[in-house]
Amino acid sequence: MAVAFFYLFSAIMLASAFMVIAARNPVHSVLFLILAFVNAAGLFMLAGAEFLGMILIVVYVGAVAVLFLFVVMMLDVDFAELKRGFLQVLPIGAIVGAVVAIELILVVGSWAIAPEGSAPLGAPMKPGLTNTQALGQVLYTQYLLFFQLAGLVLLTAMIGAIVLTLRHKVVKRQNIPEQNARTQAGVVEIKKVPFRAGV
Amino acid sequence: MAVSLTHYLVVAAILFTIGVAGIILNRKNIIVILMSVELILLSVNINLVAFSSARGDLVGQVFALFILTVAAAEAAIGLAILVTYYRNRGSIAVEDINAMKG
Repeated sequence: MAVAFFYLFSAIMLASAFMVIAARNPVHSVLFLILAFVNAAGLFMLAGAEFLGMILIVVYVGAVAVLFLFVVMMLDVDFAELKRGFLQVLPIGAIVGAVVAIELILVVGSWAIAPEGSAPLGAPMKPGLTNTQALGQVLYTQYLLFFQLAGLVLLTAMIGAIVLTLRHKVVKRQNIPEQNARTQAGVVEIKKVPFRAGV
Repeated sequence: MAVSLTHYLVVAAILFTIGVAGIILNRKNIIVILMSVELILLSVNINLVAFSSARGDLVGQVFALFILTVAAAEAAIGLAILVTYYRNRGSIAVEDINAMKG
């Protein structure tokens, strides 16, 4: 049963990942990216990482993909023009992709765990705990510093995104020296209005 | 036949390849390049989670969590730079970005 689901999730994920880079319309790319992430969350759950699967759905489908969709729809870009050189670079892309794929499959086919690398476990899974509990017990003790640093990374990203995209509107503010320096000569003008003519 | 570690590694390798090919194929469209980077990071996460569950070690999942954090930050900053660039130039053709050459 798990094998069937593994192949189902993998096939849909890889097909939608291919459509992400091949789709003509970037909105379709983003939607296929969402599909790929949902299926990757399924793979994570099959591997026993329920918490990460749920985080993947919350963070990626809920936040990052919507951010992408928002930007794609906000920018009024001629996407057909951007797609123009696609066929010219197709051979190069295919060659590079094939080389990377062959190398990775050679690695996957012939790897082995080093004998000294298999002995000590950094944080072994304890029986009787859910995945979320076990992860929390490790994350908030052994990896507390890294957890805080991850928070710092997010803070930097938030401040950076705000600083980059904030547009300062013209806001009227009180300028006290300028206000005090006003004199009657500078601001009041006496006009001689002709009779029955108006200003 | 159970799902072995090699299954996950092969899937992650194919996903990584798709991401790398996507960066080369869509050189002009920076939005698709950012999405390809997300795919590459996802394949790394699949590797980490697969090793974590195969070895009974939670460290892989902790690392995957941190990679998720960095990927989210990267997407936000990248899209913010993209929006600023579009406001200034009126296009997102990344081949024209050579203004910072010395």
